[in-house]
Amino acid sequence: MAEHSREAAEWSPITGKLAWNSIPWEEPIPLIAAAAVGSVLFGTLIWVWRAGYVPYLWREWITSVDHKRIGIMYCIFALVMLIRGFSDAVLMRTHQDLMYNNGGYLPAEHYDQIFTAHGVIMIFFVAMPFLTGLMNFAVPLQLGVRDVAFPTLNNVSFWLTASGALLVNISLVVGEFAKTGWVVYPPLSELRFSPGVGVDYYLWALQIAGVGTLLAGVNLVTTILKMRAPGMGYTRMPMFCWTSLAANLLIVAAFPILTATMAMLLLDRYLDFHFFTNELGGNAMMFVNLVWAWGHPEVYILVLPVFGIFSEVVSTFSSKPLFGYRSMIVATMVICVLSFMVWLHHFFTMGAGADVNGVFGVTTMIIAVPTGVKVFNWLFTMFRGRIRFTTPMLYSIGFVVTFVIGGASGVLLAIPPVDFVLHNTLFLVAHFHNIVIPAVLFGLFAGYTYWFPKAFGFKLDERWGKRAFWCWIIGFYIAFMPLYVLGLMGMQRRMSAHYVKAWEPWLIVASVGSAIIALGIAAMAVQLYVSIRNRAALRDDTGDPWDGRTLEWMTTSPPPSYNFAVLPDVSHEEAYWSLKEGAREKKRLSDRPDYEPIEMPRNSPTGFITAFFTTVLGFAAVWHIWWLVILGVLGAWATFTIFAWRDHHEFEIPADEVERLDRERREAKAQLLGIPKEATA
Amino acid sequence: MNEEEYSKRSDIDRAPGDQNEDEDLDVVKGVRGYVIGLIAASLLTAASFWFATTDLIYEPGLPVFLVALAIGQMGVHLVFFLHITTGPDNSNNVLALAFGTLIVALVLFGSIWIMAHLNHGMSNGQMHDMMRGM
Repeated sequence: MAEHSREAAEWSPITGKLAWNSIPWEEPIPLIAAAAVGSVLFGTLIWVWRAGYVPYLWREWITSVDHKRIGIMYCIFALVMLIRGFSDAVLMRTHQDLMYNNGGYLPAEHYDQIFTAHGVIMIFFVAMPFLTGLMNFAVPLQLGVRDVAFPTLNNVSFWLTASGALLVNISLVVGEFAKTGWVVYPPLSELRFSPGVGVDYYLWALQIAGVGTLLAGVNLVTTILKMRAPGMGYTRMPMFCWTSLAANLLIVAAFPILTATMAMLLLDRYLDFHFFTNELGGNAMMFVNLVWAWGHPEVYILVLPVFGIFSEVVSTFSSKPLFGYRSMIVATMVICVLSFMVWLHHFFTMGAGADVNGVFGVTTMIIAVPTGVKVFNWLFTMFRGRIRFTTPMLYSIGFVVTFVIGGASGVLLAIPPVDFVLHNTLFLVAHFHNIVIPAVLFGLFAGYTYWFPKAFGFKLDERWGKRAFWCWIIGFYIAFMPLYVLGLMGMQRRMSAHYVKAWEPWLIVASVGSAIIALGIAAMAVQLYVSIRNRAALRDDTGDPWDGRTLEWMTTSPPPSYNFAVLPDVSHEEAYWSLKEGAREKKRLSDRPDYEPIEMPRNSPTGFITAFFTTVLGFAAVWHIWWLVILGVLGAWATFTIFAWRDHHEFEIPADEVERLDRERREAKAQLLGIPKEATA
Repeated sequence: MNEEEYSKRSDIDRAPGDQNEDEDLDVVKGVRGYVIGLIAASLLTAASFWFATTDLIYEPGLPVFLVALAIGQMGVHLVFFLHITTGPDNSNNVLALAFGTLIVALVLFGSIWIMAHLNHGMSNGQMHDMMRGM
């Protein structure tokens, strides 16, 4: 254990287990990576400081309670973490290319941290925040309201998520990350077999980020149930709002299971409890059971909102209403409930009998039915539509084709005897990447391209967007189809060394695929740069660049802080489309409304300060620095207590200001619909 | 009479625990529901301890009796503290409760079933049979 000397540091009351040798001085890769990231971060901070942007960022973004800005911050955060997660993937692929007969270039314990970090980051800090970001941004706009139900809580959720991610990234340099795989199965994750701080980093990061996720879920459920524009009944809500509702109901129902399970593992590790240990009556299989009772709904938390995004995109760019709107709602809610009835299929081989496996195999296959309903609805929406092949539409078509393949391999794995052969192989890895990449990631990219003009007032460059799409989809097939083959050849997942010559060519093909995906990511970066440079030409003056059908396209791009000068009156399934049709028919806009002053919530640093203290709390708890833990708890508690006693929480936007901005909007709309200007009065 | 008018009229009999947002300013009315709830909850708690220590109830029937008291306790909490009623503007709360109950039941009974089966599969008898076959 000489190489693990940093794990054996003595405990001191001042610095806990933390010592000079907690930093992995002998490992060049994390140090160099951290130095590179650190200098980029530091350089950016210096630049922001020198340019005098700090007060602006603090006032307008960091402390913002505006759902649109919080949504944008979530998305930026997720895109940055996507690069981190993808670098881990590249390290794994290149390592596996070189590992035949010699064990690759990464030390085994470092490789183990990388595959754990890849999974944790991609699920918790890329997919989840990106989705929460898009839901935050689009749902209140689509519902025709001014903000989410609890605006300050929304800001707190974001910063708690960032706090968890910061802890994961700190573990790169100070200490280590978990070496157990992304769901930290005991007994491996127990103190006896993982004595280092890696699992503790994982647990505290997830507990803190998990609170953020849960609060965001409560917030969005409340918003959708209680805060819709007048006239917007449940069966007039856009599909994205429905799928967001389902996903957030799942968050509220499922995340407490994760929190409780992780809390039990923390008790095992910190206070010598024996929930999941081998000895003294502990049962590790209970952890596996509980973690997947959260983990399977989590799959649908990720995938349901993107189903909604695809529904919006397909309908908009096919210039048709969504086919089978009500069947789509039923399918969504059926999936919402069924997702809680299948979790055993993640551990068919753990030792349950044929009865249990059979039942859960069948329920798993049943989920394919509502999902199939959705696929046919998208296809029939496109059928005889006037399709515009924009980037979001390409992602949607790529999704339908690729997702069906992934779904089919999923139904295959739902057959317990097949799973006995294929479990823990690369076939499984290929299967879930075949779901997560074309569904979740492509959906997120489609949403990103689709709502970007709404957020910033100019469209993204189409040429680079399409290049990025083709790199992503071709790269995906080349990277992951070989993994199906390798799985059938018997290659286990998470291997860091092998002696089978026949696997080597397939692994190299997979690496070529990951290189093409890297080009796709680069194309997205170029797209962003080119679009910002050409923003004058790409400007969206009308607020409705795609000929949209839902309410977010009714307001300006970017929308004013209050979204709508007067809350829209909804009288149709496609609220904005019917308004446009009416205006075209009558050759005039609706009557000029009576403007009233609007009260909006004030910005608050509560979230940022709370997250600062929770980061301190998490870090101190990982290193057993008890005085600092107490400080972190007190700080976080004091922050929200002070917030609770605030006197002024709203400010007023005067009616004539609202009127002035809305007059500009109405003129732009009149021009868009070909209505003479005098008719706007 | 539409729903809004209905919920505003206080002369129509209201379910216990029903909270009208317009009347929230009336502190006495607001507190009264909680006091009733607190008294009922305390009585039910005290009753369960008291009946368990006396022989007033036929002893084999005691567990069933305690379960009945527990269900009553849940009812008190739902009505007086969580304000779940059958009122017209309460369907969200009722649905949330139903969804929550369904999920808890699925996870609870699913876990018990799965874990029982695991232990069964790993039981000594079977291991013994396997060993003998080897």
